[in-house]
Amino acid sequence: MAGSEPSSTPEGDAQAPAVFPPFLHRHLLGISQLNQYEIVNLLDRADAMVPISRQPRKVHPTLTGKTQINLFFESSTRTQSSFEIAGKRLGAQVTNMSVKTSSVNKGETLIDTAATLNAMRPDVIVVRHSAAGAVELLSQKVECSVVNAGDGAHEHPTQGLLDALTIRRAKGRLAGLTVAICGDIANSRVARSNLLLLGAMQVRTRVVAPRSLLPAGIENLCTEVCITMEDGLRDADVVMMLRLQKERAALAITPSSREYYRFYGLDAEKLAYAKPDAMVMHPGPMNRGVEIDPAIADGPQSVINDQVEMGVAVRMAVLDALLAESEQAA
Amino acid sequence: MKRTVIITNAQILDPASGLDVKGSLLVEDGRVTDIAEGASPGAPEGAEVEDARGKHLFAGLVDMRVFTGEPGHEYRETLSSAAKAAAAGGVTSFVAMPDTSPVIDDGSLVDFIARRAEQQAIVRVVPSAAITKGLAGTELTEFGLLKEAGAQLLTDGRESIQSSAVLRSAFTYAANFDLPIAHLPRDAALAGTGVMNEGLFATTLGLPAIPLEAESIPLTRDLQLAALTGVKYHAAQISCADAVKLMAAALQQSENVSAGVSINNLTLNELDVGSYRTFFKLSPPLRAEADRLAMVEGLKTGAVSAIHSDHDPQDVEVKRQPFAEAASGAIGLETLFAAALRLVHAGLLPLETIIRALTSGPADILGIDAGTLRKGAKADFILADLDYPWVNDESRIVSRSQNTTFEGARFTGKVMATYVGGKRVFADAEGESSK
Repeated sequence: MAGSEPSSTPEGDAQAPAVFPPFLHRHLLGISQLNQYEIVNLLDRADAMVPISRQPRKVHPTLTGKTQINLFFESSTRTQSSFEIAGKRLGAQVTNMSVKTSSVNKGETLIDTAATLNAMRPDVIVVRHSAAGAVELLSQKVECSVVNAGDGAHEHPTQGLLDALTIRRAKGRLAGLTVAICGDIANSRVARSNLLLLGAMQVRTRVVAPRSLLPAGIENLCTEVCITMEDGLRDADVVMMLRLQKERAALAITPSSREYYRFYGLDAEKLAYAKPDAMVMHPGPMNRGVEIDPAIADGPQSVINDQVEMGVAVRMAVLDALLAESEQAA
Repeated sequence: MKRTVIITNAQILDPASGLDVKGSLLVEDGRVTDIAEGASPGAPEGAEVEDARGKHLFAGLVDMRVFTGEPGHEYRETLSSAAKAAAAGGVTSFVAMPDTSPVIDDGSLVDFIARRAEQQAIVRVVPSAAITKGLAGTELTEFGLLKEAGAQLLTDGRESIQSSAVLRSAFTYAANFDLPIAHLPRDAALAGTGVMNEGLFATTLGLPAIPLEAESIPLTRDLQLAALTGVKYHAAQISCADAVKLMAAALQQSENVSAGVSINNLTLNELDVGSYRTFFKLSPPLRAEADRLAMVEGLKTGAVSAIHSDHDPQDVEVKRQPFAEAASGAIGLETLFAAALRLVHAGLLPLETIIRALTSGPADILGIDAGTLRKGAKADFILADLDYPWVNDESRIVSRSQNTTFEGARFTGKVMATYVGGKRVFADAEGESSK
């Protein structure tokens, strides 16, 4: 869907991107650190990166000679690959490190690893960690830029940006739209980053979930709280589904997948409450038949694969914004 | 020859004996022998005389909840270093919690603490002992033998006993030996993996949270079991408004129950966690501002009768970690008095209430001879300048650990000198030089 929309940069002219305002942050730790202008800046930069990935030779070497380390304390295939491809398309040298953490001394590993990696003089470290705040802590111990690729249930800023980019390219705007975020809000960093970003862009947001998956105080977070899909999806422009962690079932928060699917799984019947041209999104990986009907996931309203494509563009933009600028500033 | 110390021209306030006079304190052989209002009577020959003009004189503070690292983690804190920190904060008696390695759950270990403190600590150490072996919450320790060895309080420290049956046995048996029990009410399953107060702020930070009910539900149970068994029960730390209500109701029925509050829950709130600041990771967690004010109100009404430091030294290694994985706890002995004074300066509580909750309140709960200046009492007292401005710089810290929740904090009012048994064990360097 997004592919059929015109982008702000002419296709095939990737070597001459517009001049963007400088991005005045050393790290990207969360959407909460960004204001509206900075968000637009990153989205515009990402828009300009899209054509590069559609060229026969996917090269835009602004980061030649830069070293990027992907440090993933939590396993992730798609996010890690996305960051790796993004870095490589910009000409950076990318190293992947998957750290198997012992349950005993995770934190020690984190700080020790940070010090060790820092000594190797990387230019950027992309970090995912299971503990909220861990990426920020690591950023305080290194001299290079740090990008948060997800920390606990806190933030996943590049996911928020890629979701916004996907929506903006499809709908031509963000302000004034209604976005329903459905599912495990309580444990989702994707939900938090999206609520912050969409809120900053004057998008009307709703969270839709059973009460057991809503975190305390969410109603004070400038979002509308709905506990039925019917209420939540009514006249929505975008339906954003979240992954249901299977282990939640053990905590009796969602007693079974089939019950969850019955009331909160996105099927044609529930999607019909949304606007006819509503976009269906999912950050992946999907549990087909748990939070989403396979027919919907693969249907005409789904932009799930566009999200993956925009992910690379957003990560290229973020890496470029953090690193190319620092070169000029130095 | 008798050793005589006279403190003159002090504003003497002792809530336990109803004393509030300007005058002199006479100490002979380590005990208070007289308090004279107005100008000092002539000093006997050979007496040490200290002019405390402009200062207040209070009984030494009694702190019911101090963790040390001795035995097992001496690099965090020893009984000796904790005692020095205590003296600097005006604390003249503190309960050494049993959460050490090994756990203090045997008579010989209580004896070790008592002897070690006698030799090395410059203030009085009140030994406590575990309620259950290894703090595991299952098998009771030998209360009678522990008491004989010198234990004056039974507590499982940071741990909370989950089994109501074990608690009932413990309460019954403790009543039998007339030993007070201090127990932390915390429902482990309800608290789950939580690391801070449940609410909007935890949601924003993406941290797993602890609901208030993880405290109020087990407190309800504890109070019912206390009523059933007649034990002298102390809710070791409470932190929320509901708990204050429960205590107020229980106190209508019985004088045998009491509750304590940490200086942190009294002067800080959840927002102090800020950007994952692990020094503010505490158990119970810092709560909402409304809960903090409820604790203040609880002190005013008497539902809460003791303020303690919850002094819990932790080293850099366990604190410099992601918030959820970092150790809980903060040091507090040195800042206890000054932080409590904030409530007085803010007009929230009268000075008398604060002093009572720091002295005779906890001493009465423990049933120890401390926390008062009445004639014949041990001459444990402090001199304080209530208007002295100071900053809690890192360089000031006496404790072996640095994990203070009051890093760089500005205070008004300070302990200028601390006396144990009539002997001065601490004098503020700046306070001295400005004389």
